[in-house]
Amino acid sequence: MTFSSLGARRPLLAALILAVAPSLAMAEDTLSSGDTAWMLTATALVLFMTIPGLALFYAGMVRSKNVLSVLMQCFAITALMTILWMVFGYSMAFEDGGGLNAFVGGLGKAFLAGVGVDSLSGTIPETVFMTFQMTFAIITPALMVGAFAERMKFSSMLLFMAIWLFVVYAPVCHWVWGGGWLGGWGVLDFAGGTVVHINAGIAGLVTAIVLGKRKGYPTTAMPPHNLSLTLVGASMLWVGWFGFNAGSELAADGVAGMAMAVTQIATAAAALGWMFSEWLSHGKPSVLGIASGAVAGLVAITPASGSVGPMGALVIGVVAGIGCFFAATRLKRAFGYDDSLDVFGVHAVGGIIGAMLTGIFSASAFGGAGLGDGNNTVFAQLVAQAVGVIATLIYSGVATVVILKIVGSVTGGLRVTEEEEEIGLDLSCHDERGYII
Amino acid sequence: MKLVSAIIKPFKLDDVREALSEIGVTGITVVEVKGFGRQKGHTELYRGAEYVVDFLPKIKVEAAVDDALVDQVIDSISAAAKTGKIGDGKIFVYDLNQVIRIRTGETGPEAL
Repeated sequence: MTFSSLGARRPLLAALILAVAPSLAMAEDTLSSGDTAWMLTATALVLFMTIPGLALFYAGMVRSKNVLSVLMQCFAITALMTILWMVFGYSMAFEDGGGLNAFVGGLGKAFLAGVGVDSLSGTIPETVFMTFQMTFAIITPALMVGAFAERMKFSSMLLFMAIWLFVVYAPVCHWVWGGGWLGGWGVLDFAGGTVVHINAGIAGLVTAIVLGKRKGYPTTAMPPHNLSLTLVGASMLWVGWFGFNAGSELAADGVAGMAMAVTQIATAAAALGWMFSEWLSHGKPSVLGIASGAVAGLVAITPASGSVGPMGALVIGVVAGIGCFFAATRLKRAFGYDDSLDVFGVHAVGGIIGAMLTGIFSASAFGGAGLGDGNNTVFAQLVAQAVGVIATLIYSGVATVVILKIVGSVTGGLRVTEEEEEIGLDLSCHDERGYII
Repeated sequence: MKLVSAIIKPFKLDDVREALSEIGVTGITVVEVKGFGRQKGHTELYRGAEYVVDFLPKIKVEAAVDDALVDQVIDSISAAAKTGKIGDGKIFVYDLNQVIRIRTGETGPEAL
């Protein structure tokens, strides 16, 4: 990792190191086996979030005729993004972009040129940093699968995701972590609330709207076909998220420890928040509800996990659990869009709640580790957070529409035919059935 | 001969089977069925989306019995399947024209 990206990602720590112990700054270039061991583990944990975690979480929520299609989409995205990240993605996100550096990185590390056994990124091998970031580039597009589930053509989906990685993910990742313009605002996004969740949430919503509603929505019943799978998937997401949040420290230290603790606290608070909201408003606590609440909490604590304390985490969790409950159950109905599995309601809304509350609870007055570089007041930090959120919403939303239009004209339509949709994507797109009983 | 066909709550099946054995019914046929009556269906709720499920699972118990036993069978089933709450089910009684035991070729009441 270059020093500029380190500064963008861990402004406080970097400042502290420079100010208090210059000798430590020199030590940045030495490999730490402790940090490396943790980051190897964290990388595997984040991959585990997508396959099988997210894949199962979504698979249980669709109808049985589409179970394979979402599993397949998550799995294929994992493979495709891996290759694309190796080819250009990593370089576009983390390499210096020269004159365009504020917006996107350069191609100096295309095909991982120069990333060898001895390359270091901070205290860990660059190979580990590159692979860790690769797992983020995998899960972000995979999150969108839930928004357009049960109706998008597989070929269109693949092409869309490939373009999206280069046009949307890599630049937004560069803005925040790679030395781009949002890092300069002192935006606090420790583990990717903006880069991953708001980004995927808005792109998912846009895709759901451009594709149109599923046939029969909302008049036909489309209940989840196997909530056991969903709960297992949500549990794997919860476990894997420690790699996502505590791993984003890129070191095995006290900040990583606190990131782990606040992740656990916020997730539990959000799970209970959603459960009790549902219990009060509908009469019964549901499995889908508590699982959704946990994911909402994980999303919301993501940007905050490197800078808030336990009390901040508790508040963030409660607000995310209740807020996402209303987004998923009321907002979608009020606006009438068909975001099949509530990617917007959970990831974008949870991400926005998290991003804004990060601006408040990072302040030392609220038990946090301090505000971002150059932001002296909570208000200034909130402005920076809002800039990050709005820039991502606009850029990702608009670019997604454009990409979809292009993909649609290339593949002859984004959707499967009405008949194929009726039969189910498992048979019509893959010639297989999920359940042969 | 009569065919007694009773729709009951699934969890009452064992009680009904025992009650019929006690009064000398030697065989029954059981089918898992779905349907609705006055109990109507139930609602399911997934992230605020409410679905009304019209058909509830029930058990259909069928017993072919001699005319002399019919009233006792009806009483036994009624007593065993009753909870007093809506959805306890119904009993239908049909005339049975003929019964044949396939193994022996016996017909009529002897085949019951």
